Amino acid sequence: MLVVERARKTFFKDTPNERVALDGLSLRLEEGEFLTLIGSNGAGKSTLFNAITGGFLLDEGSITLGGLDITWLLPHKRALMIGYLFQNPMKGTAPDMSIEENLALAYSRRKSWPLRRGVSKEDGSFFRDRLARFEMGLEDRMKDKVGLLSGGQRQALSLLMSTIARPRLLLLDEHTAALDPAAAKKIMRITNDIVREQRLAAMMITHNAQQALDFGTRTVMLEGGRIILDISGEERERMTVARLVEHYSELRVL
Amino acid sequence: MVLFAGSLHLGLIYGLMALGIYVTFRILNTPDLTTDGSFTLGLAASASLTVLGMPGLGIVCGILFGALAGGVTGFLQTKMDIHPILSGILTMSALYTVNLYVLGDRSNLSLLGSPHLFSAAVASLPGVPRDVTRFFVALLLCLVCFAFLAWFFGTHLGLCIRATGDNDDMVRASSIDVDAMRIIATALSNACVGFSGAVAAQYQGYADISSGVGMMVVGLASVIIGEVFFGRRSVTIGFVSAICGSVVYRLIIALALKSNFFPAYALKLVSALIVITALSLPALKGRLRLASARREARRHARG
Ligand SMILES: Nc1ncnc2c1ncn2[C@@H]1O[C@H](COP(=O)(O)OP(=O)(O)OP(=O)(O)O)[C@@H](O)[C@H]1O
Ligand SMILES: [Mg+2]
Repeated sequence: MLVVERARKTFFKDTPNERVALDGLSLRLEEGEFLTLIGSNGAGKSTLFNAITGGFLLDEGSITLGGLDITWLLPHKRALMIGYLFQNPMKGTAPDMSIEENLALAYSRRKSWPLRRGVSKEDGSFFRDRLARFEMGLEDRMKDKVGLLSGGQRQALSLLMSTIARPRLLLLDEHTAALDPAAAKKIMRITNDIVREQRLAAMMITHNAQQALDFGTRTVMLEGGRIILDISGEERERMTVARLVEHYSELRVL
Repeated sequence: MVLFAGSLHLGLIYGLMALGIYVTFRILNTPDLTTDGSFTLGLAASASLTVLGMPGLGIVCGILFGALAGGVTGFLQTKMDIHPILSGILTMSALYTVNLYVLGDRSNLSLLGSPHLFSAAVASLPGVPRDVTRFFVALLLCLVCFAFLAWFFGTHLGLCIRATGDNDDMVRASSIDVDAMRIIATALSNACVGFSGAVAAQYQGYADISSGVGMMVVGLASVIIGEVFFGRRSVTIGFVSAICGSVVYRLIIALALKSNFFPAYALKLVSALIVITALSLPALKGRLRLASARREARRHARG
């Protein structure tokens, strides 16, 4: 599905501030795989996501998605295949537009004629159905401006927006970090359901070691732009939060 | 009565421009200074073609040239990465030359004796008072433009443009081409402004190279005055509000001039003051609230 090959990215190259954010990183992600990504601050996790979505171009290496080489593809062209969720719930939605309009924007990626109605009748009821599954009462507020929603509600909406057009890859960057525990739990449940149901390849960045082990099928730890731990299956089952945290602290000593 | 009719006409005609300003200022969230140039461009194209006996084509060209000018500004803003305000200033400045050229190397042109939209309408409705006919022509043009914009911003493309102005981050992470949206919106805005200039030329019966100076501020003032009455709600209401704001603006100006409240040459200053007041209101309110909260806290500390 996703193949990142020897990706290298240096920021502020040839200056005193030079910073190697991705250090020849290689990663393979299969369809249906749900990877949790951990690592200390500045390890390069968000940078990896940015490289995949096209926020910048790699210095070296290549990225392939679903057999297509996207190394040089423009960001908005990649977005057709990638759903991306930010940590900040404000970032993923347009506050001055209604719930329905926000969803229509996300959904209409697939269709073509730009002067068709923004929100068609069928789409409206389809969105309503999908929102109803979240049991947050959002389906009765389709015409409300998104700016009026709580952070958790906005994040639930963003989650639906980033998956409604059925992307092949879902990237989640600490998407529950800004939420209260109850809302975070709810969003994680919805995330899990969507990833399973749509058989997406998914990657989730988290600083919560428990969350990293509880969710998904594989856990990867980054440090200095390189993968230093990659566990799945039985090895992952045996992994405990305590030992994962130990990994972090060992790195600190080095 | 004449005063009232005149303000109503001008309010509607300049309301077309206010619609354009609303598109960039409120929907795209990027003030656009091309306006001053594209207004004159529409005016010049319309006047020159009217003198040649083609007033209808004049209006069409006013719209198209305006769109083109806006497209250039949009292109500079996005593809060339020039600051939005500077992009507008550059286009506006370059347009000065273009406008002189379009006017035939003259700084003004009179349409005296050349039939145009308003004179044709008045001539074809002999029983109806002149001002009433002119009012309906202006109203009709305004309604057409309003209906088009209201429809357009309900389409998928319209939603994409609104989202670009509302949350750039989100749009960048989506499959929408942000640059294209900005270029289209800026072109659309200046099409309205060019339209306004084209109609204004035929209404006044002359074109002057400096007619566009300060037009953007006038448009902003109209949008802001409209919002005093309508608040900031949906885009469609926003368009209605911009037109109404333009009419009210003209009425205020006409009344002030009539009562010798200020001389005609103070117009631009007054427009700028209206905009400054409206834009600084939130900051002033915040500061006042902070001051009163402090006073309250101090009282509690003492008591
Ligand atoms: N656009 C950029 N320009 C310059 N430096 C950058 C840029 N993006 C990331 N970096 C640098 O790359 C390094 C990796 O940053 P990154 O944001 O990927 O870390 P992270 O693993 O996501 O950390 P966190 O857990 O704090 O989110 C950091 O040193 C950061 O300063
Ligand atoms: Mg990060």
